[in-house]
Amino acid sequence: MKWPEPANRMNKSWLASVKKSPAVWPLAGLLLLGLINLIFSRNFFTVTELDGHYVGTLMDIFKNASIVLILGVGMTLVIATGGIDLSVGSVMAIVGATAAVMMKNGVNSLPSVIAVSIGLGALCGLVNGLLVSWARIQPIVATLILMVAGRGISQLISGGDQVLITNEHFNYLGNGFLGGIPLAPILATVLYLAVWIWLRRSATGLFIEAAGDNETASRFAGLATGRVKCLAYVVCGICAAMAGLLEVSYIRDADPLSTGQYKELDAIFAVVIGGTALSGGRFNLLGTYLGAILLQTLTVTMLYVGVSSAVAPMPKAVLIIAVCLMQSETTRRWLGRKFRRAAT
Amino acid sequence: MARAQVQEGCDMNSFIRQRLPLLVTAGIFLLLFGAASLRYAYFCSVGNVFNLFSSNAPLGVMAVGMTLVIFAGGIDLSVGAVAGFTNIFVTALMETHGWHPVPAMLAALALGAVLGAAMGAIIHVFKQPAFLVTLAGMFFARGAAYWISTASIKTTHPFFQQLTDLTAKVAGATVHPLPAGILVVVLAMGIMLAQYTRFGRNLLAIGGSEPSALLMGLPVGATKITAYALCGGLAALAGLINTFNTGSGNSIYGIGMELDAIAVVVIGGTLLTGGRGHMFGTFCGILIIGTIQAAIAFDGSLSSSWTRIITGLLLLVFILLQRLLLRATLKKT
Repeated sequence: MKWPEPANRMNKSWLASVKKSPAVWPLAGLLLLGLINLIFSRNFFTVTELDGHYVGTLMDIFKNASIVLILGVGMTLVIATGGIDLSVGSVMAIVGATAAVMMKNGVNSLPSVIAVSIGLGALCGLVNGLLVSWARIQPIVATLILMVAGRGISQLISGGDQVLITNEHFNYLGNGFLGGIPLAPILATVLYLAVWIWLRRSATGLFIEAAGDNETASRFAGLATGRVKCLAYVVCGICAAMAGLLEVSYIRDADPLSTGQYKELDAIFAVVIGGTALSGGRFNLLGTYLGAILLQTLTVTMLYVGVSSAVAPMPKAVLIIAVCLMQSETTRRWLGRKFRRAAT
Repeated sequence: MARAQVQEGCDMNSFIRQRLPLLVTAGIFLLLFGAASLRYAYFCSVGNVFNLFSSNAPLGVMAVGMTLVIFAGGIDLSVGAVAGFTNIFVTALMETHGWHPVPAMLAALALGAVLGAAMGAIIHVFKQPAFLVTLAGMFFARGAAYWISTASIKTTHPFFQQLTDLTAKVAGATVHPLPAGILVVVLAMGIMLAQYTRFGRNLLAIGGSEPSALLMGLPVGATKITAYALCGGLAALAGLINTFNTGSGNSIYGIGMELDAIAVVVIGGTLLTGGRGHMFGTFCGILIIGTIQAAIAFDGSLSSSWTRIITGLLLLVFILLQRLLLRATLKKT
């Protein structure tokens, strides 16, 4: 009964600051994982130079996270419009198979392979976007169609088998180094910067948030919400195409069944952990970046602790549910009541 | 209220329109099956029809559970992984831990139901999106399955062997009656539960509008959680049927099966936003998917990847059809 007021205010300001910066959670998670690794594995932070390349666990984390990083950009935008894209994994498989078949059939000029792939990704995104904005189908369902059919299309393109990629220029994308640092995470980071500048220096970011926050109000304010949503899905398709190229280049092999499998889930998780609410209306690219790194660090940490990569989805699922529960209104209200009761 | 009754009583047109997705589904099945029967010899044989049921039993059982959840406006993406988990869990209990098949199977079914109920509780109490929670559930169940064993386990228990090898002669064809029997029983019970009980009507009411259902005093939380629990239990049963079919446990079983189950429900004419649908449609949906797969297998020259593409196209057609119907009914009222 003595000092209810200050305790209450402290509690409020703490909650407010957490609410203000969604990137705090993934950052805290990363620090925690870093600490665990510092204690349990000696070589975690060691980066050594080998043949002019920097190698080490940290480099591996960034390199392996780059696919989810790239997917996360598009997924963030789509989720900000209040949607979701479940088809990115299948789009990765379609694009990967197309690129591999093109190179197998003697189209070895890298720009044309990349151009066709990105165009294909944009087309897939456009299909999703039109289904959502024009046909007004709910996003989970609209993108589910391509998710189901996409694997079949990918099998059809590749002839049902894996297609080896022997073009070393292409394989440089996923395996190369630039200035001693793996190329893939550099590409991903550049993409983040470019998209961030595009969204925040033009009105596009605002439009996307407006369309996701309140579609009706935005339309009455004169915003072509359909076109904005469509754009988000097209960007997501392009990102999926880039991620698909990177994955098949990294593995040097396009497999219609396993390329991009479960990647849609990783991308959604990265976005959610990064503090972009699934209800739409806000986005946080930095949060998604940190979220993708966090997911990959978690996977690697579990490997170090002795959890095999097959079992890794289990703790990942616990993590995502924990994050969701922490973000939920019910928990916040409940915690708030607890704090208040403790204070009084 | 009186007006609605009069409309329902007199207007034959609205009666047909309400059941149009169902009629279209049934029509498509008859068309597909008829075309395949004309095209391929022996397609319309007792053995093949029986096979349609027994080989699609896991998917059908799963789809019944999915229908209940979708009725209430939810979705369950974890069913494939739960089936995979059950598959390996039961065989591991029997083979490595020496359990008798009956308690092992009961334990697996209970575990599936508990996982479903837990997800339903998180969805309802914490107001989280169903697809996200069940996506996490899918990761969880798949991870748990791999945790038990990544290698497949063969069943050797004599009692289980008897169940697996159970065959019957129907009109000269040797068939496996157990999976088909389970499917028929589950479908019949599903139709009863969804169409003729208070629980089924509550589900549809919640799917139609959750706030209204709450204001009407319906037990929203309990109904939703029960639906997810049933869906989890039925997914576990689907895994069990697969164990009967193959006589072994495999932790990679059921990958992507949740999507097939959703496709079956949607092709069956159930609205994915909830509130509208018929369990009988799910029965037709499973027959359609089964017929497509059987026809592609009979043909032999088409690659199996066409199954997925045709499923996707059917999904698209049905969802667009539903949109048009919904728009038409909205204009009417």
